[in-house]
Amino acid sequence: MKRLPEAGIVVAGGGWTGLLAAKELATRTTDRIVVVERGGARKTADYLDDMDELDFAIRNRMSQEIRDETVTIRHSTGDRALPVRQYGSFLNGAGVGGAGEQWSGISFRYTPEAFELRTRIEARYGSKRLPEDCAIQDWGITYDEIEPYYWHAEQMLGLSGKAGNLRGRRIAGGNIFEGPRRFEYPTPPMKTLYLAAMFRDATARLGYHPYPLPAATTSQPYTNPDRVSRAGCAYCGYCERFGCMIGAKAQPTNVLMPVIRRRNNVELRPRSWVRRIVVEGGRARGVSYIDETGAEVFQPAAKVILASWALNNTRLLLLSGIGEPYDPATGKGTLGKNLTHQVSIPAAMAFFNDPLNRYMGAGAAGIAVSDYDGDVFDHASLPFLGGGFLYTVCYGFRPMANFGVLPPGVKTSWGSEWKKAALHWYDRTGRISFYGEHMAYRGNSMDLDPTYTDRHGDPLLRLTIDWRDNERRMAEFMTAKAVEIARAMGAREITPFAGLKRYDATRYQGTHIQGGTIMGASPATSVVNTHMRHWQIENLFVLGASTYPQNPSGNPTLTTLALTIRAAEKIV
Amino acid sequence: MRRRHFLTITATGAGGFLVYRLDRSPQRVHAQPRTLKVPLRFFSEAQALAVAAAAARIFPADDSGPGAGDAGVVIYIDRQLAGPYGADRYRYTRAPFLDGPPELGNQGKATPREIYREGLKRLEGFADLDEAGQDSRLKEIEAAPFFALLKRHTIEGMFCDPMHGGNLDKIGWQLIGFPGPRMTYHEEVDQHHGKPLRYPPLSLGEILGRPVKPVDEDGE
Repeated sequence: MKRLPEAGIVVAGGGWTGLLAAKELATRTTDRIVVVERGGARKTADYLDDMDELDFAIRNRMSQEIRDETVTIRHSTGDRALPVRQYGSFLNGAGVGGAGEQWSGISFRYTPEAFELRTRIEARYGSKRLPEDCAIQDWGITYDEIEPYYWHAEQMLGLSGKAGNLRGRRIAGGNIFEGPRRFEYPTPPMKTLYLAAMFRDATARLGYHPYPLPAATTSQPYTNPDRVSRAGCAYCGYCERFGCMIGAKAQPTNVLMPVIRRRNNVELRPRSWVRRIVVEGGRARGVSYIDETGAEVFQPAAKVILASWALNNTRLLLLSGIGEPYDPATGKGTLGKNLTHQVSIPAAMAFFNDPLNRYMGAGAAGIAVSDYDGDVFDHASLPFLGGGFLYTVCYGFRPMANFGVLPPGVKTSWGSEWKKAALHWYDRTGRISFYGEHMAYRGNSMDLDPTYTDRHGDPLLRLTIDWRDNERRMAEFMTAKAVEIARAMGAREITPFAGLKRYDATRYQGTHIQGGTIMGASPATSVVNTHMRHWQIENLFVLGASTYPQNPSGNPTLTTLALTIRAAEKIV
Repeated sequence: MRRRHFLTITATGAGGFLVYRLDRSPQRVHAQPRTLKVPLRFFSEAQALAVAAAAARIFPADDSGPGAGDAGVVIYIDRQLAGPYGADRYRYTRAPFLDGPPELGNQGKATPREIYREGLKRLEGFADLDEAGQDSRLKEIEAAPFFALLKRHTIEGMFCDPMHGGNLDKIGWQLIGFPGPRMTYHEEVDQHHGKPLRYPPLSLGEILGRPVKPVDEDGE
């Protein structure tokens, strides 16, 4: 193995968290920082040629090569896990910027309650109300502690939206159920498209409090505190699964790389596949990886930052033998526990009389209601705990993915009658979606697969995951609400969500996987402390949504950025 | 080296067809000559005729507009199967292959090429049947994975960017009012509520003003 000169800090993973850590640390130290990323280099100009649905949205060219590495999944420890052979319920990123290049940009803060979930639920409903097998934990920090870092991240992204709670003052038109903000959003809300306007008006009539989705696609030209300038969104509809070709959507390559390039102490090493964190004598010594020529390389460093996305963080610690693997049978160990996804459902498909011009839009151009989020509403007489937000987003309809979505009345699936119906409904179809929280359960966890391997012969990560009745009932409740909203929007026909049954690895549910290396106040129940420092290896830090004890309904990116900025203060 | 097959199709319509020459550059062909020979990369001519006929029953030309035959769907499928997709480049294909619950997705070992080769055995003589005969043959295989793949590929071939070989003359995009990957709707996006806003479709190459190739055009 080739041994390189020691760096001050080595970062495994060049996505949002790894590059953000490099950017923050580069101003705090003169030490050399090396970022090792398995995918290739990228730049905004590449994305002009990428506005192609087949190669990018269907064949997932922004994602990791699934033929090289995937995960295996089973519903319970009694089942045999099988590999996810084609992309389905989530899309792992790869390449500089990672999944942060192909995200939609929906950027929620979590509510104050979310960070103290177990304490708050037990105080309000008693511990007997917690579902059987429930493993939710408090995060070890409070909303007030993270709030300044949320603001830092929001300014960096140029987030667009409208505050609903400024220092405790509730403001109509924003999300009045959010935690208090000190400042208004950096840029105004995105424009409201027709479908979203119908959703906004209908929910307002029904007594909800609609607000524009917080979006990392800036609504107007913006210069952030790092002196990085970006264009305003053009609503071309190529956000999710694509890189933004004008840089209006905040991406690591357009928000972080311009700052990193101004520094001379950061080296980015693409096409380098980290296989192990090397630990000797209780300290992390560096990372070993395979470079683009296939050679094995050891990069020693005084400090190691693991920032390779939620599932990869857990896998790399397991492969490296760092920490005690979690055993669901005994509850012992912390590494791999509290795997969560998100209750992400197309709650109601609505079919309208008028055309919607759905080819226009942006990944986060939409309207949401949070009247059924978290503990905003009383659960005393409901058969579930937790909640989430109902929303509609005009992300830009692409023909291959959306042609042939038909109302329940159409009984044929090919031929002339089907074609006529599909042509008629193609631009008259809207979706009301729900993103809900996913509690942690003792049975949902990760370990290494005994059978399947990646291209280098290392075991794949094995996910044991299934829904519980709490999520199924929540989905049912929210589906009924979505149908009411669709009716109020004037839908001619409505297809309600068929219900959550078993975890379905084939249906895309958002790349919002959490847990495995969770944070907390005690080494007995968590892998890292609240500054993301590993409890056993004091010069090892783990960044990303793998540190979340459970999923609190909203999309995780903004919180990972805030937590990364906060951690950077303690890394150097 | 396999024997080179050609698909002979009839050029119709005033605009003619876009076809792809052996060097893979697009060429517009008008009504003269009246028949074209499109080089095939995966199918034999007989297979191509069967797939073209089947796609045309799934997405027929009728009083609601042109169909899979007009869009050149079979050319799209032929190119996809000949390329990396056909060889299963976009799946994890390590053994063992075991059956699992449907929620874990396709666990099969067969590549798209193999699924087509097997499926085409059930479409022998298909192009020679009348429409009713073709429909009843398709009904027999409706539940097969081959049919699901063929239907998906028919939709893809109708609505892909023309650089992929289907959606000839952007005929599919015209049908659904999709304008192509245009760069901005900043001024239009919150206007025209409830009224159709339809632009003539442009392909990515037309928008950029230079040829654009599929990512895996020559790769494996």
